[in-house]
Amino acid sequence: MNSVANPEQLPIVELGSLDELWFQVAGTRCNLSCTHCFISCSPHNDSFGFLSFEEVERRLLEAVEWGVKEFYFTGGEPFLNPQLVAMLERTLAFGPATVLTNGTVLKPEWLERLRAAEQGSLYSLEFRVSIDGPTPELNDPIRGPRTFERAMQGVDLLVQFGFLPIVTMTRVWDEGQDHEILGRFRDVLRQRGYGRARLKVLPRLLLGAEANRTCGYSSSDRVTAEMLIGYDKSQLVCQHSRVVTDRGIAVCPILIDSPGAILGDTLQAANRSFAVTHGACATCYQFGAICTNPSHK
Amino acid sequence: MRLAFFGGIYSNHLALAAAIADARSRGVDAMWCLGDLGGFGPHPDRTCELIRNNNVSVVQGNYDHSIGHGLNDCQCGYTDPRDNHFAQLSYDYTLTHNCDDHRTWMRTLPAQQRVEFDGVRLLLCHGSPRRTNEFLWDSTTSTQFLAKMCDNNACDVILGTHTGLHWQRTWDERGAVSTKSRGFINVGVLGRPENDGTINVWYTLLRTGGDVGAGEAPLPWEVEFVPLIYDHERLACEMRDERLPDEFIQTILTGWWTTCLEVLPSKERRRGQW
Repeated sequence: MNSVANPEQLPIVELGSLDELWFQVAGTRCNLSCTHCFISCSPHNDSFGFLSFEEVERRLLEAVEWGVKEFYFTGGEPFLNPQLVAMLERTLAFGPATVLTNGTVLKPEWLERLRAAEQGSLYSLEFRVSIDGPTPELNDPIRGPRTFERAMQGVDLLVQFGFLPIVTMTRVWDEGQDHEILGRFRDVLRQRGYGRARLKVLPRLLLGAEANRTCGYSSSDRVTAEMLIGYDKSQLVCQHSRVVTDRGIAVCPILIDSPGAILGDTLQAANRSFAVTHGACATCYQFGAICTNPSHK
Repeated sequence: MRLAFFGGIYSNHLALAAAIADARSRGVDAMWCLGDLGGFGPHPDRTCELIRNNNVSVVQGNYDHSIGHGLNDCQCGYTDPRDNHFAQLSYDYTLTHNCDDHRTWMRTLPAQQRVEFDGVRLLLCHGSPRRTNEFLWDSTTSTQFLAKMCDNNACDVILGTHTGLHWQRTWDERGAVSTKSRGFINVGVLGRPENDGTINVWYTLLRTGGDVGAGEAPLPWEVEFVPLIYDHERLACEMRDERLPDEFIQTILTGWWTTCLEVLPSKERRRGQW
């Protein structure tokens, strides 16, 4: 039995099963410029571009053969892509879909179409709305002036159309405050009429803008081959996910901008092992399955 | 063949006794439980005794694995602190009220079982064939995922439980036309109602071969989900006497889930009250 790793050995993770296919549908373009964004999205960051409807459809068809379980749409801000609503309508014929949005650009006519699409589908359409805390004082210094109120109006609109958005916050406070902050957030949402609020907390990823805001990963923040012995690798996003970008298929949604993250042009080409040697891999290792929905586990 | 499948019992020995009697009255040839014997309800030993005395075959659930090995928690896979709080209350009660003999027996239960009837290859598991505590919800599990799971495991039908909600999906075997011969069945649970405001629980009948109902193009197998009424008020009294959380008792009496809600996908969550 191999119970001791060679110190020179790389921490390798194979793609076990392609459960989630992500679409970097708005590239790195976002209407906001959050100071903790791990890929530094902004109105001016074009390092990754939009995906077209045809590209998404081609990948959906490819995904059938791979047995993909769920589809996720992210950016940047996905709703900046003018074809997003049509893409989601199409996706719901193939499987469940989740959109990660900042909630500030939603339009009633889009949500009306999406509500109808979800009602006509076997599958759930989930919205994850990013808001970093239950008050403007916590959220706005990170996400920009008035973004708390604008995002909460987005939540209101989603609830009005019958959706149950998952409010997703990056932990910009001490972990010990989780209970108190989640409680306050539930109260705030209840007061606005969202009585069964769904909340998700994400760890900070010390990449991109966040590395400038606070600090980056140190050289000791690394997963080693030895750490993977006996570890449940399905906790790592790269063991069950890949990301479609306009530059090719990336290993996971966190690392798209990192060296070596683009694995090939097709899902077949991206079906290869990955060395989890990045600092962010240590965060993924520590917290587990950080990118997927609570219903996924 | 007529086969009965019970999902999580969660110590609801009254529903289990009613289900065994109901299945027998329908002339079933065999009965299985797909795991999670304990949790939520009172007197876990009573469920184990009923299962072992009535020739019900059992696949090990995450709860049975935890109780059998005396682990610290139930491995249910909840992510929300409130859900985990209630899961722990339930687990601690169950662990201290199971006798050593039942715990030893739980350790021996298989993680999955393969059986074949009338040419239909069944794979019985708790969550999924690849992970005991995997949640396969109707609205977040694509058909291609299920088809691949069947192909990878060389079976026609996968049966599981774990989520607490019954559902089924059928599809054509690769290359076949409209046979719908492959399928996934979540058999539901006997442990608690389905978060729909009714107090009944569910179990599943599967028929194969000559027991499949006549139709224009009879399928190799067919499913019937059976709603089961039992003495839920007596169960609530027993839970009260055992000082189990009022939140659990309310679920038994109203049919609405009050805990373990945060893992529900939106379609399933919207059907409930909370």
